Amino acid sequence: MTIRAALKDILAGSAFILFGVAFAAIALTYEVGSTLEMGPGYFPLALGGILALIGILIIAKGFIGGEGAPIGHIPWRSIALLTAAILFFGFTVRGLGLVPALLVTVALAGFSEPRAGVVWPIVISIGLTVLSVLIFVVALQLRLPLLGTWLPL
Amino acid sequence: MDLLENLRLGFETALRPENILFAFIGVALGTAVGVLPGIGPTATIALLLPLTFGFAEPVTSIIMLSGIYYGAQYGGSTTAILINVPGESSSAVTAIDGHEMARRGRAGPALATAAIGSFVAGTVGTLVVVLFAPPLAEVALSFGSAEYFSLVVLGLVTSIALASGSTLKALAMILLGLLFGTVGQDLYTGTPRFTFGVFELYSGINFVSVAVGIFGIAEILRNLEDVKRRTMLVKAVKGLWLTREEMRRIVAPILRGTALGSVLGILPGGGHILASFGSYSLEKRVSRNPGEFGHGAIEGVAGPESANNAAAQTSFIPLLTLGIPAHPVMALLLGAFIIHGIQPGPNVIVEEPALFWGLIVSMFVGNVLLIILNLPLIGVWVKMLGIPYRILFPAIIAFACIGTFSINFNAIDVYAIAFFGLLGYFLVKLGCEPAPLLLGFILGPLLEEHLRRAMIIARGDPTVFLTRGISLALLIVAALALVVAVLPAIRKKREVVFAEEDEA
Repeated sequence: MTIRAALKDILAGSAFILFGVAFAAIALTYEVGSTLEMGPGYFPLALGGILALIGILIIAKGFIGGEGAPIGHIPWRSIALLTAAILFFGFTVRGLGLVPALLVTVALAGFSEPRAGVVWPIVISIGLTVLSVLIFVVALQLRLPLLGTWLPL
Repeated sequence: MDLLENLRLGFETALRPENILFAFIGVALGTAVGVLPGIGPTATIALLLPLTFGFAEPVTSIIMLSGIYYGAQYGGSTTAILINVPGESSSAVTAIDGHEMARRGRAGPALATAAIGSFVAGTVGTLVVVLFAPPLAEVALSFGSAEYFSLVVLGLVTSIALASGSTLKALAMILLGLLFGTVGQDLYTGTPRFTFGVFELYSGINFVSVAVGIFGIAEILRNLEDVKRRTMLVKAVKGLWLTREEMRRIVAPILRGTALGSVLGILPGGGHILASFGSYSLEKRVSRNPGEFGHGAIEGVAGPESANNAAAQTSFIPLLTLGIPAHPVMALLLGAFIIHGIQPGPNVIVEEPALFWGLIVSMFVGNVLLIILNLPLIGVWVKMLGIPYRILFPAIIAFACIGTFSINFNAIDVYAIAFFGLLGYFLVKLGCEPAPLLLGFILGPLLEEHLRRAMIIARGDPTVFLTRGISLALLIVAALALVVAVLPAIRKKREVVFAEEDEA
């Protein structure tokens, strides 16, 4: 089997090894304890170790008989914009308030569609912001500030 | 006698006006998200969970959230039949023959068959819960930590056996979920673990963020890979009435599907998907003209639709009696119970009889509401299919952000959605399934707590799990499930079944 055929398994396995080792390594800094009296580090250390081991098995299995299916197209632009949209909301919802944060977040999400024009995302953003304010603030009475403290108003 | 008294209490609770109202809102929302491809019940329930915190009675909130779940089973079939895209994973099989019927101008009868089958199965499935939950809860009362540990292990392992794709990867996803579940303060010593000094993480990663991320956001990213044009067969919906001949043909498949679904639904790990596939192959086998399957056989709609709805109801049994969720949606309901200060498990029947019986009776109410929503009002849902995705997915993002933020007014929870969305997307791309990760995440703290407690009680002797009868039996079943999942013959069959799902 070539590396190409095993690529999916190699990447998945590596990710699991990475997570397993990271969790296990940090768990070592906590008290591990014994089987009788397990410390906070025992459970994550054991799980992290097993996870890393399974990661190795997945890679090995990939070389023996990997699925071979191609990973396919990854929409990097959509991923970046969508991630930015969510992070922006978390970062600014307090400071800017619900309305400005949501306008930008929804517009960014709208632009992440591969064939989005310029007008549509903005229309959707305004429409959805109005709708969300009506649903969450007016109807459900969530105590979210519409405009935040960062704005000089 | 006792049962009648309990049911009376259930009807009293479920028929209170506010509970009927929220059962209705739940099943209507459920039908909607079932109809819309790209947003499923898991993400919806996760999003709406925080909004139900304010409800005066926990039972009202649980009734609504449950309604979303079984309502989605109804709605999913509409999408499957009309546009050949399963609105929801368990209706993938319905698409095979249902869509074929629609192409031949029989969309109406196909939709009616799905609704009738779902109604019969949902009602019978609920009866199964009524009859079997209480005795099972009684058995569970005698469970100690060793039994609970083994039970959680069984739940996790069966979720692998029923997952499609690589067993090793499913196992890895569970472990990763368990590890994310350890983030936060240690239960016994209070030591903060994996918090990197972020105070907001002391109480753990918010499970709403995890669910919304790996089910909602990851799904959106997958849909953005290629925005396909859907061919819709809306105009094909004319008369809903079945011919006398069709009526005769669906009776037996509905009954067989209901029986199969009721049994498989109890299995942890997504029995409803297995149930609909199982029912389809069963109907094909017993049919006198199997060649018709794949070309619009009405039995191929009636059987699987009944099976997945029966399973949807009986999958409440492990949650209500053992406190162990059978699949991610049940895991979210478990979260809902805990948020309202109720520990799901064998004690719920005794300590919260109004909630337990009220919830069950509300399922009868919900199924009646659903058949009304799905037969006379089918046109409304068909129109919803016309909503373009470019409006739908920004709306999901907006609601996800607001909903998650409003739980604790905490930005970390929102960042976590993005993190788990990306993680979920890439892992799914690499052939790993998200459901085992969420199940591991939710069950992780439970697994660790019972492991540590069992070890303290047994003075560090790990054989305790093997020397106690029930615990040993549970572990043997778990081992069998794992063997079955890895056996080459069964693996192959599973691959065939799931390959059909991919094509559908």
